[in-house]
Amino acid sequence: MTIRGWAEILLVLVVAVLLAWPVGIHIARVAEGKRTFLHPLLGPIERTFYTLSRIDPAQEMSWQQYTFALLALNAIHFLMLYAILRLQFYLPLNPDHLAGMSPRLAFNTAMSFVTNTNWQAYSGETTLSPGSQMWGLTSHMFVSAGTGITVALALSRAFARGGLKTLGNFWVDLTRIVLYVLLPIAVVAAFVLVALGVPQTLATHADATTLEGLRQTIAMGPVAFMEAIKQLGTNGGGYFNANSAHPFENPNAFSCILEILLVLLIPFALTFTFGHIVGEKRQGYVLLAVAGIFLLAAVAVAYSSEAQGNPLLTAIGVDATQGNMEGKEIRFGIPLSVLFNVVTTATSCGAVNAMLDSYMPLGGMVSMFLMQLGEVVPGGVGSGLYGLIVFAVLAVFLAGLMVGRTPEYLGKKIQAKEVKLAVLAVLILPLSILGGTALSLALPEARASLAIGGPHGLSEMLYAFTSATANNGSAFAGISADTPWLDTTLGIAMLLGRYAFLVPVLAIAGSLGEKVKVPASTGTFPTDGLLFVGLLCGVVFIVGGLQFMPALSLGPLAEHFALFAGKSF
Amino acid sequence: MIGTFRPALILVGLLTLLSGVLMPLAFTGLASLVFPFQAHGSLLKKDGKIFGSVLIGQNFTAARYFHPRPSATTEPDPKDPSKTISVPYAADNSAGSNLAPSAKALIERVKSDLPSMGPHPVPADAVTASGSGLDPDISRAYAERQVARVAAARHLPETAVRDLVNRFVKTPTLGFIGEERVNVLMLNDALDQMPKP
Repeated sequence: MTIRGWAEILLVLVVAVLLAWPVGIHIARVAEGKRTFLHPLLGPIERTFYTLSRIDPAQEMSWQQYTFALLALNAIHFLMLYAILRLQFYLPLNPDHLAGMSPRLAFNTAMSFVTNTNWQAYSGETTLSPGSQMWGLTSHMFVSAGTGITVALALSRAFARGGLKTLGNFWVDLTRIVLYVLLPIAVVAAFVLVALGVPQTLATHADATTLEGLRQTIAMGPVAFMEAIKQLGTNGGGYFNANSAHPFENPNAFSCILEILLVLLIPFALTFTFGHIVGEKRQGYVLLAVAGIFLLAAVAVAYSSEAQGNPLLTAIGVDATQGNMEGKEIRFGIPLSVLFNVVTTATSCGAVNAMLDSYMPLGGMVSMFLMQLGEVVPGGVGSGLYGLIVFAVLAVFLAGLMVGRTPEYLGKKIQAKEVKLAVLAVLILPLSILGGTALSLALPEARASLAIGGPHGLSEMLYAFTSATANNGSAFAGISADTPWLDTTLGIAMLLGRYAFLVPVLAIAGSLGEKVKVPASTGTFPTDGLLFVGLLCGVVFIVGGLQFMPALSLGPLAEHFALFAGKSF
Repeated sequence: MIGTFRPALILVGLLTLLSGVLMPLAFTGLASLVFPFQAHGSLLKKDGKIFGSVLIGQNFTAARYFHPRPSATTEPDPKDPSKTISVPYAADNSAGSNLAPSAKALIERVKSDLPSMGPHPVPADAVTASGSGLDPDISRAYAERQVARVAAARHLPETAVRDLVNRFVKTPTLGFIGEERVNVLMLNDALDQMPKP
């Protein structure tokens, strides 16, 4: 580790917080239906949307109606993407006449993009046409990100309101988030990305004759626009197989920093939005502080692990000063590779600018662990905020048990119903991650997908189910994921990880929204101070993380000790 | 029920039209107007013929050129399309090796590359594959190691080649943003332009 590297890392994190603050206020204004500077331009589009789909924007929805609207829209969007992927051959903007996907791969991919996972069991540049990447994938990146934010807004409103049975209007929330938040930021970011070197063209490739006289086919396409929303919406599905390690997705250190800032922007901003909506700004700062603590700790572990180099290679004569460079790009070096991959697994982004499968065992474990915590520090767009609030509900409940106080959070009494729903949501992660991994490792057919035996093989499988359930999308990519077993089971893991978490959260919102706010008394546990920051960190770490320690011991930890004892597999 | 599906269906259609069709297409047009070079892949041309992209690495094996990092990219085997063969810097099929740090295959690959790399310790980027398999850059240390070989193959004085390398070293912006690096294709192109002694 160097001071230069840390300066680079801290600069990015500080700028992210500074940018997130105004964006958070903007999102709160949009959520409250107030006019913004974008309304003169985009207001007519918003009203046209409502007129054409015959939506009454003033109509409020109960939590059941809100949930049903969300699920209906996601289901239709899923079917549309499945159809696009299957029928690719017959659709426009497919100059290379690429065939449609197989049914199981199309199922896996459509599920992956509708759930904001962006797990990719295919290679973008050889499988999908510019058309499919645009109206198939890019549109899902906007809508799945918007969907996550709507749930966070509905939950925030439940805390702000008292004695109301409604949470807002799903159609209106989604339309406004896409129009006034995601689209404008994505367009500006995409312009900067093009200026930095990311292509945006309908051509699929250029044919070059190299200086040594060989042919080189250089794949390209409409990359920049997709790249912007891929990062901003914490989606993570790359145009190319190598994702943000590909020089066309991420040409230099500045594009890399911009892409990291885009990933952090909305998850950080939503903590400010939350404070704004509930009317107590410090409550938002607490959530941001928890995210910041975990992020810094994760970067420290991953950075020190990657910077020391691979001892097995050092032993045979490789210089260790550059660090572990297998799978990493020179232009990013260790600091920007590590920061990128920590940030994209602490959120639900899952984009990679270096190959995680080739990370040192502890470096790879950091990414896995951040996802297993439930992606709440700061987590994906929307999903991170509502996930962290679920942990906050559990934290005040545990604090209440310890000191004998009635648990309250933001003036709402936390009772058996909310705690049951919160635990139900949190239990999906171990069930799907550990259950899926254990089942797959028991099946010879599934084990055949692994690129290597020993503890690293276990890590590959554990990583796949962790990434799918947490809706992340990154991979230990040595695993052969496009098999009948993994396409199907990982598709189901993505489905569970998204909706089996999201529905209980909306039920909590419905239940809390109905409750009248009780004024704070001397018996109220304060949730806006350092004590609560510490408590929440502890609950996230213990409730979210500890259950995965046995699995992590058998995978990355075992590999770490074996590797440092000079053993290879 | 039907009352929910109708707005859902229409809204999906409208959002797809806006964010998946109109915006990307309009942006494509605008981008190629404002930044034509970048929008079309930062392609390099000589006498009207494309010889590469500034951003995409290229494979060099001849002694008179600087060599890039190892690359793990593959292409389908022309003899048997169900199999793949190693084709370094295949820019239509980006990929890393995805070898674990504890993989025997990684250690063996590095071992077989080390003897041609000169005295130990060897710069790590000389024997490790990048994440994309298309890394356009190498470290200054790896470039300097190749100066003697390139100079000898081209019958140039070592100092002239070393000076050229130094001109092509990019240093971190403001001293701390980004990494020190050398773009191999740009360096080799400049080598070809050098006047013969």
